[in-house]
Amino acid sequence: MNLHYFIYGVYPYIALSVFLLGSLQRFDREQYTWKSDSSQLLSKANMRLGSNLFHIGILAIFAGHAVGLLTPHWVFAGLGVSDMAHQMVAIWAGTVFGAMCLIGGLILWVRRMFNARVSAASRGSDKFILTWLLITLMLGLSTIPVSIGHANHGNPSVMIALADWVQSIVYLHPNPALLDGVDTVFKIHLFFGMTVFLVFPFTRMVHVWSAPLGYVNRPYQIVRSKRKL
Amino acid sequence: MKVRAQFAFVFNLDKCIGCHTCSVTCKNVWTNRKGVEYAWFNNVESKPGVGYPKQWENQDIWHGGWELKNGKLELKSGSRTNKLLNIFANPDMPEIDDYYEPFTYNYAHLQNAPLSEATPTARPISQITGKSMEKITWGPNWEDDLAGEFHKRSKDKNMDNIQKEMYGQFENTFHMYLPRICNHCLNASCVAACPSGSIYKREEDGIVLVDQDKCRGWRMCISSCPYKKVFYNWESGKAEKCIGCYPRVESGMPTVCSESCVGRIRYNGIMLYDADRIEEFASMEDTQDLYEAQRSIFLDPNDPEVIKAARLEGINDDWLEAARNSPIWKMVMDWKIAFPIHPEFRTLPMVWYVPPLSPVQSQIDQGNLPVGPDGAIPVAGAMRLPVQYLANLLTAGKTEPVESALNKLIAMRSYQRSIHVEGKIDTRAIDAAGITEDQAKEMYRYLAIANYEDRFVIPTGHTEETLDDSFGFQGQNGFNFGNDSSHGVSKITLFPRRRKDTVEPKEPAPSSNNS
Repeated sequence: MNLHYFIYGVYPYIALSVFLLGSLQRFDREQYTWKSDSSQLLSKANMRLGSNLFHIGILAIFAGHAVGLLTPHWVFAGLGVSDMAHQMVAIWAGTVFGAMCLIGGLILWVRRMFNARVSAASRGSDKFILTWLLITLMLGLSTIPVSIGHANHGNPSVMIALADWVQSIVYLHPNPALLDGVDTVFKIHLFFGMTVFLVFPFTRMVHVWSAPLGYVNRPYQIVRSKRKL
Repeated sequence: MKVRAQFAFVFNLDKCIGCHTCSVTCKNVWTNRKGVEYAWFNNVESKPGVGYPKQWENQDIWHGGWELKNGKLELKSGSRTNKLLNIFANPDMPEIDDYYEPFTYNYAHLQNAPLSEATPTARPISQITGKSMEKITWGPNWEDDLAGEFHKRSKDKNMDNIQKEMYGQFENTFHMYLPRICNHCLNASCVAACPSGSIYKREEDGIVLVDQDKCRGWRMCISSCPYKKVFYNWESGKAEKCIGCYPRVESGMPTVCSESCVGRIRYNGIMLYDADRIEEFASMEDTQDLYEAQRSIFLDPNDPEVIKAARLEGINDDWLEAARNSPIWKMVMDWKIAFPIHPEFRTLPMVWYVPPLSPVQSQIDQGNLPVGPDGAIPVAGAMRLPVQYLANLLTAGKTEPVESALNKLIAMRSYQRSIHVEGKIDTRAIDAAGITEDQAKEMYRYLAIANYEDRFVIPTGHTEETLDDSFGFQGQNGFNFGNDSSHGVSKITLFPRRRKDTVEPKEPAPSSNNS
């Protein structure tokens, strides 16, 4: 087993297992630490701009990756979405939301590192995860010129190879050989992206699991009783 | 009718001396931890002033509490969907400087400094960054006893509709203390604003708590509480608030702030109310009707119908007995001398206030003030504190109830003065104020003497009914596994370690025995 096989055939499963089991363990045992860990109280400046750009950008990118990579090829074919159309949507959406996320992320990063109060109240993991996400994002953005190059030659094979590889992981028959023809920058991006899942349960990232969508339908007042009913 | 019991408070502002014993005891018990150094579950403000945090009463800034939108009760900060759209950065969130940057001092330097011409000073150190601070520019009680310029203090929202210029003059200045805690509201806006559903009201006693495990730090409660009495712990990332000292209250003891009150101004007791009518009474068209509306939500514990309904809800007889002897009921319902703070926020707060009298002694001595029939005690309108100011604070600006309460308090004094000074009972003042001799005597007992057992009528929490086996639970409470009260022994943990130590100066003072 060579390193390539390990990173693209085994590492995804390590990352996903740690991501799921680690999240479960932390929720079960350490729920007091399960939080968004906002630092807005300590510094409000640029938070509205930075945080909104970053979060909207990163959520859109995540959704784009999920839909674009996990949807089987025959579904796109059935819907009449050609490979080139798919690739152009991916390039454009990636550029727009990636830029939003990058601008917001840099605002937050500068604040996290150089605002005396925010920096002092941060944990090592806070600074690490933000930096790691930004590197992953910049690697992702630097794949865009490569993708445009492929698109200009009418060649969707790299995009299809990437989607097939992701699906091979999900279907539990990993096929790292699918990535043989893929440009290096994609592969580095993949490694950084998978590592985000690996460290997810040990950072503030866990708040993503708790997006409070149920609030929309909740009655305003909550009363708890200690009496046995 | 759905009867619920509420653990409620009255603060008698007439006797508050602004000593801050309540604040200090509360802080020492509940908020002397990392992340909440800046938080005061109980604080005492000098009024008029912008308060803590700055301008907390001005909902044009913070959008706290409720408002009527097309006749329907809605959070002033926006709908639920609106909250979720703003979850990445709460636009109404206060910043630490709106409270103050918490600080300590490098005390050891006073002893360690080498011999020098100038006296060494202990420099302030930020408890957030650990760095020394150039200058402390704001604190939890910066406006103490009217400190600072009048034009800054007069930004106080209660000064609206008052010709405030004249009160800037020394001769006309006025002053009162306002002790504040969480109001444990019947229609709490912090509960309503919490996206995680972690804040809740307790069925048994109405104390509002934050489930620390369930809180995710979305911080909507911080801005939605119009009293700014939910605080963000910047270390734990969780919301924290006054817990009504529930471990004490469950054992029948008053809260720490109430117990330690030097002026005996605090009353703790039970009020019964109709939980089915909360929304109706909080939705009054005119904000000036909210005070009376909230009075009408309370249920008479002597009414057989209420007693029957309360028993059906599982409320114990000792709680009903406590409700019948409640000092809160006497002041809120019988005598009508206590008022909810800022009823216009529509939260139905449950800390009520007896307005302060403020006679101008030298003016009385010189006979310059209009006085009552006894010729000695001035009438309500002649007090130093403008009635409109008190009304803006307590009745959404309606002066009549406040004036009536002040008149009763004065009349009670006039009556007692006639007994103790003149030696001859004079009921003219109490007749004019509309209270009987018996009421005046009882008011005197509760307000002036304020015996411990009259101030605190608190039934126990009946833990024996909520536990399957109360004997099996013996010895379990207060005992923790793990290393909750120490730093622990394991050096490695994958999940974030709790950081408990607040910032204190690193420099140690010399030991006392070195010669």
